[in-house]
Amino acid sequence: MSFSWTRVRAILVKELNDYRRNRFVMVFTMTLLPLIFIAAPTLQLLTAPAAASSSKLDARIGISLLYLLLIPAIVPSTVSAYSVIGEREQGTLEPILITPIRSEEFLIGKALAVVIPTLVVAYTIFGVFLAIAALFAHPGIKSAVFAGSHIPIQVVFTPLLAGWSIWVGIAISARSSDVRAAQQLSVLANLPPVAIVALMGFKVITPSIGLAVGLAAVLLALDALGWRAVAAMFDRERLIAGVRS
Amino acid sequence: MRSEVGDPPPEREPALIVEHLTKRFGDRVAFDDVSFEVGYGEVFGFLGPNGAGKTTTVRTLGTLLAPTSGSATVAGIPLSAANGPAIRARISIMPESPGLYLRLTVSENLRCFAGLYELDDIPGRLERALRAVNLLDRANDPCGSLSKGLRQRVALARAVLNDPAVLFLDEPTSGLDPVAAHDVHELIVSLRERGVTIFLTTHRLDEAERLCHRVAILNTTMRLVGRPDELRERLFNQALEVRVKGSLEQPDAVFDDLPGVNGWVASPSGGYELAVSDPDVAAPAVARALVGAGADILSLAESRHSLEDVYLQLIDEDVEVKRR
Repeated sequence: MSFSWTRVRAILVKELNDYRRNRFVMVFTMTLLPLIFIAAPTLQLLTAPAAASSSKLDARIGISLLYLLLIPAIVPSTVSAYSVIGEREQGTLEPILITPIRSEEFLIGKALAVVIPTLVVAYTIFGVFLAIAALFAHPGIKSAVFAGSHIPIQVVFTPLLAGWSIWVGIAISARSSDVRAAQQLSVLANLPPVAIVALMGFKVITPSIGLAVGLAAVLLALDALGWRAVAAMFDRERLIAGVRS
Repeated sequence: MRSEVGDPPPEREPALIVEHLTKRFGDRVAFDDVSFEVGYGEVFGFLGPNGAGKTTTVRTLGTLLAPTSGSATVAGIPLSAANGPAIRARISIMPESPGLYLRLTVSENLRCFAGLYELDDIPGRLERALRAVNLLDRANDPCGSLSKGLRQRVALARAVLNDPAVLFLDEPTSGLDPVAAHDVHELIVSLRERGVTIFLTTHRLDEAERLCHRVAILNTTMRLVGRPDELRERLFNQALEVRVKGSLEQPDAVFDDLPGVNGWVASPSGGYELAVSDPDVAAPAVARALVGAGADILSLAESRHSLEDVYLQLIDEDVEVKRR
């Protein structure tokens, strides 16, 4: 039996329906958390001195936008960390694994179900940020936001970071035996991208096009390998019986 | 004596062939050297105490766990990891816990599984499955709002969605009240009448006796396989139970040398239990002898050991062996 997108779609639709009715995911993870992440960059945008030099302004806007990249890095981590161990704890994993679904199909369905709302939220928040810049920021700041590489970097890094966060979360979820431990570990595993953002904020690392391209290449490779790596770690026997023979 | 279920359908190739199957988790043996066959259209009861290896056997045959040794053919496909998706497409397992998505409606739950089996005519299949479990009017209710019995029915509807060649039911009435358990029994009876091959694990002996063509008793190793009446005959001598008013003065003189009677003992309930080779021959002779001895007969009946007697006898033997 070959790879089936019908089975992937069945998992995806089920997950999206489940999120839709899950108040914690809808209210906290997908609404409040992103709003928290937009607060700081918006404040920086609106309080930036218009008379500052263009390089200083550019750096400040760059750092503001890096905050927004925390949304795809952090928001999906708790949801993806729940994806396998959560199903196991609520007793729904065994009925799913009894069907002809392959591990790869199950994992792709789970990942898509996290990445789609994450991208919708992240790009919506970015759109809100751009709208605030266009409507309320000083013209000098506004042109600095819309000029240069800020927007392409944001557009490219959002799915790449989300992919990293999701595969790490699912990998931890597939090997964990407790939901809370999985979610905490998943947040910890997402510290590297957060650390890079912080180091840029403190100017230990200077943001540059070269650095951005390098990071994007690394993330792209990790995302591409993530699916296969997590599928290889997905041990049905351990997940069902709790032990390995 | 015949099982109340009747004969299984005529034999063609078996739906399940299990040969010397063993599953170990490290040093712990879940089940050992298990062999049996289940015919198409047969309802096969798999009995055993808690921890006997019933659920692990089901999970192994359902390709969720890899056997340590031995072989099996499930729905005509050899059991192997590579054949896992193909086997799982042809069977269905209803686990002990329904495992429903409680925030989703009944219909959404079933639709998800219809997609996982890549079924066609999903609305038609959903309607047939829900009609079979009498839940058509609850299709749009969230599963979280259903009682435990109704959730079990949804799980059963989910299990028959793909018209499985073999349907594994793992303790389907576990934790249900008598009314809900009765409903599930009725559903299993209707599946049996439709010719669905059912592998039913349970430790409810009345359930197995009522629903199954044949039963197997597992206690890590396979202890017995057969029709309930065959198992009774294999473990217990045929017997007549006699109750008379008062007691016989010389029971030896009454029962000895009667045709078909091999011996007798006084039963704890005050009557007599006669070991017989053929109840049809022995019963008239016993009646004549009792009347001849001037006894007032209150009852004369064939002694019927239940499946529970068989089960307890075997489990007691296992406990005794372990003690030694």
